Amino acid sequence: MKSFAYHQPSQVPEAARLLGALEDSKIVAGGMTLIPTLKQRLAAPPALIDLSKLPGLSGIKDEGPTITIGAMTRHADVARSAMLAERLPALATLASLIGDPAVRNRGTIGGSVANNDPSADYPAAVLGLGATVVTNIRDIPADQYFVGLFETALQPGEIITAIRFPVPLKAGYAKFKAPASRYALVGVFVAQFTDGVRVAVTGAGPGVFRVPPMEQALAQHFDPSAIAAIKIDTEGLTSDIHAEADYRAHLVTVMAKRAVDAALS
Amino acid sequence: MQISFILNGRPTSVEVEPSMLVADLLREQLDLTGTHVGCDTSQCGACVVHLDGVPVKSCTLLAPALDGATLLTIEGLQGEPGSNRLHPMQEAFREHHGLQCGFCTPGMLMTAIALAQDKPNLTEAEVRHGLEGNICRCTGYQNIVVAVMAGAAAMHAAGGE
Ligand SMILES: Cc1cc2nc3c(=O)[nH]c(=O)nc-3n(C[C@H](O)[C@H](O)[C@H](O)COP(=O)(O)OP(=O)(O)OC[C@H]3O[C@@H](n4cnc5c(N)ncnc54)[C@H](O)[C@@H]3O)c2cc1C
Ligand code: FES
Ligand code: FES
Repeated sequence: MKSFAYHQPSQVPEAARLLGALEDSKIVAGGMTLIPTLKQRLAAPPALIDLSKLPGLSGIKDEGPTITIGAMTRHADVARSAMLAERLPALATLASLIGDPAVRNRGTIGGSVANNDPSADYPAAVLGLGATVVTNIRDIPADQYFVGLFETALQPGEIITAIRFPVPLKAGYAKFKAPASRYALVGVFVAQFTDGVRVAVTGAGPGVFRVPPMEQALAQHFDPSAIAAIKIDTEGLTSDIHAEADYRAHLVTVMAKRAVDAALS
Repeated sequence: MQISFILNGRPTSVEVEPSMLVADLLREQLDLTGTHVGCDTSQCGACVVHLDGVPVKSCTLLAPALDGATLLTIEGLQGEPGSNRLHPMQEAFREHHGLQCGFCTPGMLMTAIALAQDKPNLTEAEVRHGLEGNICRCTGYQNIVVAVMAGAAAMHAAGGE
């Protein structure tokens, strides 16, 4: 690993100022993605801005119709939140399926959403719930946030401070784990609201995406049987050593049915 | 930069490069070689230590994260200095043949102890899920799972420590 300067700002505006002033500097949150990247020398930033000393960036708040999770909240804290177990259990379940206990004790929701790995779990929940990505300068709706492979609407120097999730009537998440990495080979998040249903898929393609035919079918009848016959097109899906595109397409239907099942149970 | 933390119960202060990994700091600067580095790619769990009471991978942790924190390594599990008393989880691994070459064992123990501290009555499924980040190339896991269940029961019988 190349050496770097290390900054631990104590206020968000100071962190933003440092990011802007120090060329090629990078934020470090849980480090579970960034540190391996630095070790492999895929990146060599001259300075890291550590967000762990910023006040108010960590914690889960119940605001009635929405739940806001601070960017520095660790996966383990989301997984074991009693409030989420009551109000949005699908999100706690999703967090409990990320990596392993040591990864969950360091990795943060902000880091995961900023990184936008095509196989990461949180992007499915953010898009599936139609959440809002809150940054130091603006609110970004999920439908505009995810741009492509590791690409988001974040501007250079922009810091995610929280994710705001609308509380659905019901929600469920089902993931087929890649056995070695435990990332999602395919993961599907399904959420039912009074005004419709959202279905978001991670792992299957170069980025998280919605499945409108499933959303419409589930809005008519919120039951696994409603989507059993809906197959998604293999065009644009990922084929790699872990799975071919047609197998991923097959898994989308299977995982979507399981997610609906989970939402109903 | 200067960092200060509690290492296995003792206040410790060291000068480090911010890019220093905790696994390297422990092994190379502090002579605590019980923490193993199996993969150096965050996969195997041989390097697990407890940071403020929770298991983390020390090969994927920058030294500045230690400042002001409490760190427990495998060396900190023994009782009085010089006493050969094993921790109940270590004793269970010995008793149930939870190791062969022993390379993965420090990380297995640190993960297992945290798992047992978190939950009083672990099921086999919970143990297997909890050990997902710890890879063993020798045992086939069967005896590790048996040892963790026995060690967890012994820890709770001894007051959960
Ligand atoms: C062994 C292993 C298994 C894993 N398994 C899974 C899995 O099953 N599912 C899954 O989803 N993930 C998995 N992960 C990834 C894990 O969830 C990471 O924690 C996560 O992707 C990144 O979060 P972080 O807090 O560690 O971010 P960091 O590594 O610190 O940062 C990641 C990137 O985001 C940027 N960033 C961080 N925080 C912010 C912010 N607040 N605002 C703007 N930019 C920011 C950083 O600059 C960096 O570019 C795994 C990781 C490992 C090592
Ligand atoms: S050496 Fe840290 S996870 Fe393998
Ligand atoms: S005992 Fe040899 S790697 Fe586990």
